[in-house]
Amino acid sequence: MIRVILPPHLRTLARTGKEVELDLDPDAPVTPSAVLDVLEGMYPTLRGTIRDHQTKQRRPMVRFFACERDISHDSPDTPLPDVIASGREPFWILGAISGG
Amino acid sequence: MSGVRVLVGTRKGAFILTSDERRKDWDVSGPHFGGWEMFHLKGSPVDPNRIYASQASDWFGQTMHRSDDGGQTWQTVGNEFGYQGEVGTHQWYDGTPHPWEFKRVWHLEPSLTDPDTVYAGVEDAALFKSTDAGLTWTELSGLRTHSTGNRWQPGAGGMCLHSVILDPVDPNRIYVAISAAGAFRSDDGGAAWTPVNKGLRSEYIPDEDAEVGHCVHNIAMHPSRPDTLFMQKHWDVMRTDNAGDLWHEVSGNLPSDFGFPIEVHAHEPETVYVVPIKSDSEHFPPDGKLRVYRSRTGGNEWEALTNGLPQSDCYVNVLRDAMSIDSLDSCGVYFGTTGGQVYASADSGDSWAPIVRDLPAVMSVEVQTLR
Repeated sequence: MIRVILPPHLRTLARTGKEVELDLDPDAPVTPSAVLDVLEGMYPTLRGTIRDHQTKQRRPMVRFFACERDISHDSPDTPLPDVIASGREPFWILGAISGG
Repeated sequence: MSGVRVLVGTRKGAFILTSDERRKDWDVSGPHFGGWEMFHLKGSPVDPNRIYASQASDWFGQTMHRSDDGGQTWQTVGNEFGYQGEVGTHQWYDGTPHPWEFKRVWHLEPSLTDPDTVYAGVEDAALFKSTDAGLTWTELSGLRTHSTGNRWQPGAGGMCLHSVILDPVDPNRIYVAISAAGAFRSDDGGAAWTPVNKGLRSEYIPDEDAEVGHCVHNIAMHPSRPDTLFMQKHWDVMRTDNAGDLWHEVSGNLPSDFGFPIEVHAHEPETVYVVPIKSDSEHFPPDGKLRVYRSRTGGNEWEALTNGLPQSDCYVNVLRDAMSIDSLDSCGVYFGTTGGQVYASADSGDSWAPIVRDLPAVMSVEVQTLR
């Protein structure tokens, strides 16, 4: 079980709370791409809001954090730390702080 | 009993203002989608309970919503806007080629006959159509791939397709306008397009009479005269009486012919409304006076409508989709400002009163006449 923290606007859009729990394929690597695949399957309204529909590129002002580290620029296919994969720590999706 | 429903899109959510036919007492509902930028909401003319809404965010991109109960509840619908075929390039601000990139939906235009069909004008400029109530969208790519497309350039607000007008007599005829490419017409339901900019003159482009490159801000039509269109261009208020084949200027005695919205009275096809703005570098009304100008002669002769509007120290703007009319017996006129006011007139503009004063900056105002 993976825990994911969503930014406030996406909670509203998905009609869910701050944290959602996802069940990923236990035999596959736990990566940001895998997390987002399951997240978007569970909450289809989030498709296109975190990453592009076609290219799957992260939207420029969305950030991914794991274990207090910004992993936004890592490959989305890089395995997440064990504490994320085991659900002890959440995977954070943030809207970048920008604008006025 | 008749009434009106005013759909207001703002920088931080949508608001729905409702009243009976007297239009004196208003119920304010919202914010819907609080915190999100709501570019445009518009109801179906054949099913007033069906409303489409465009929600855009620099962070989370485009999302689309639909209500089937007059805006009481909403469901998220499709937000995948993919350009068809080879994407190609348009000109960037500096004149270099720049690939088309979808950014947001500026304008929604529901079909005149089918509540499940709706058009979306988007940035970078293209026209999309949904026939399943917004679940899926298909580009009408003949517009973007027009032979002039590689010469289109964005205006200051982006290269947006902001105006879509469906001909009420000829179901195959569609008009669109793009900033800063100009106006285009299709006579085959959106497959092929013709620039209809002859007569427009724009001093800010090298060839003032160019086929494309004109910064059209808004277009309006009265349904009883589908060959007559009125245009608020960047500068100049224009008119055509032959479906865009030739335009002529009708700015007349306006204090400034710069502005954004333009509307036509519901029952008087020669009565037109604009909101003069001082200049493209000063996006506020001349002399700090918020004045709607009305022409009852189809242009050229304009009168200032000031009763109930601030006539000193007012420096708001009125954006291109932030003006609308109702079709009650006494035509109502409505507009919203970047200062968060929504003004209404129940007497064709003779007198005005604010419905609300303190909303976030208003981006769009559309009115549904409920009978």
